Amino acid sequence: MTLLALEEIEACHGLLQAVRGVSLKIEPGETLALVGANGAGKTTLLRTIAGAHRPAAGRILFEDADVTAVPAYARLRSGIALVPEGRRLFAGMTVKENLVVAAAHGRFGHWNVDSVLEAFPLLQRRLNSRAGNLSGGEQQATAIGRALMTNPKLLLLDEVSLGLAPIAVEAVYRSIDTLIKGGTTIILVEQDISRGLDVANRVACMLEGRIILEGHAKEVTREQVTEAYFGLQRARRSTS
Amino acid sequence: MIWVTQLINGVLLGGYYALLACGLSFMFGVMGIINLAHGDLAILSACLVFLLADSAGISPFIAIIAVLPVMGFIGWGLQRWMLERSLRAGVLVPLLTTFGLAIVIENGLFEYFGADTRSLAPYIGDFAYDSWAITDNLYVGSLAVLIFALAVLLLGGLKLFLTYTPIGRSIRATAEDPDTAALVGINTRAIYAIAAAIAVATAALAGVFLAMRAVFTPYSGPEQLIFAFEAVVIGGIGSLLGTLIGGVVLGVAQTFGAQINPQGFFIAGHVVFFAVLAARLALGAVRARGGIHAFFARTP
Repeated sequence: MTLLALEEIEACHGLLQAVRGVSLKIEPGETLALVGANGAGKTTLLRTIAGAHRPAAGRILFEDADVTAVPAYARLRSGIALVPEGRRLFAGMTVKENLVVAAAHGRFGHWNVDSVLEAFPLLQRRLNSRAGNLSGGEQQATAIGRALMTNPKLLLLDEVSLGLAPIAVEAVYRSIDTLIKGGTTIILVEQDISRGLDVANRVACMLEGRIILEGHAKEVTREQVTEAYFGLQRARRSTS
Repeated sequence: MIWVTQLINGVLLGGYYALLACGLSFMFGVMGIINLAHGDLAILSACLVFLLADSAGISPFIAIIAVLPVMGFIGWGLQRWMLERSLRAGVLVPLLTTFGLAIVIENGLFEYFGADTRSLAPYIGDFAYDSWAITDNLYVGSLAVLIFALAVLLLGGLKLFLTYTPIGRSIRATAEDPDTAALVGINTRAIYAIAAAIAVATAALAGVFLAMRAVFTPYSGPEQLIFAFEAVVIGGIGSLLGTLIGGVVLGVAQTFGAQINPQGFFIAGHVVFFAVLAARLALGAVRARGGIHAFFARTP
């Protein structure tokens, strides 16, 4: 059974159309890297999947059930969790409270505070610290841990390396790698093409709201992705 | 000794203000709504308890148990059917909505109860004026002590509820960032409705105790709203401990003011409110300019 199927999704911000007719399928256990330049529509697409943004057209099927009109909180209960861009932690709450507040509304499963701390050792000493006082890497780990506490079937990661020091990016990606090996299905939005291709087994590149390149990570070359990322394919087609 | 007596009276009066202000602060802290009908909702509950006490002969302390869930349900319904809709139209519309609601409640109560001054004191017997002797010259009213203890219990209980229960944590998360709260599975509509129910129920409790310790009319709501608002501003919006401190400061200012001059009860409270407000604004301006040195360096 396909875990997630997007059918001709369109999404707008007012008069601006951010996503144009995107169709996509994700199978259980897959890791899809969604790459693209700023403004390509990646974040809007992810927020649309999570239910935080209402699509203007199209259908979203999760485990064959139509969830297009299902609100974000109910979508999380069916197994879709988003780690939003900029982390969006509850800054006045402690790390533990950030984790526990999500667990109360999620699904039952093996993720709990102990298993999150095992996956993100850098949080062990910060459990009772206020989330707003953490470093960028610790905040990102908390944000991913918070999503994991809901025991998602599909984890949506939006720009997890944005604004982090290289050493923090390494730590976060090591943990993501562990999640992937554990069989978690992930859609990873990333501007860093190399990072995306390293961890994903499928890649999709967005440009101006459309998916213009899609394939298995082993079949798609880095040059193809780079060209799609900058829209060079289309530029070449229009000049020839 | 008179100043010590007034200090104790002020602190105890502050307990009532804290009880009254708690719901106003809670509603603003969670939903960002300044409920201008807060005082009138308190008076509405006082009227409901009066009705039960007067017509059915039920003790006000028993009647509270029946009225509080009703008022909580009214708060839940207000959020679901009125405030939620008005919030969609911007931040000013809920202010106008609650202003309109206040007028409807006042005139509805006037229509039903008339303009007579009422009190629940006759229905609670000696407890309305009983006092405990601390020393030969120092007495404290037992009702005032009960109200203060209840305020401390309520604020402390709310603090524990918000810190240690799943619903409490969900309320805090929703208050911080409703969009992200939805992304971690919190039904923010339901949480707002629960918060409104809690806020109105606490206002109702305050209203009933106001009716026990003093008199009220259908138009007493706005005056109570001003006291609640002053206590919230003095103590800091959204802080439960601050609400208690704000209430006590207001109560002490009013009793000291009354001791200096009979007219000073209201004026002293307003003066302290304006002084704190001005100090907060000045501090905010100084912080925005990068501290005291930078502030004076840049000011021509």
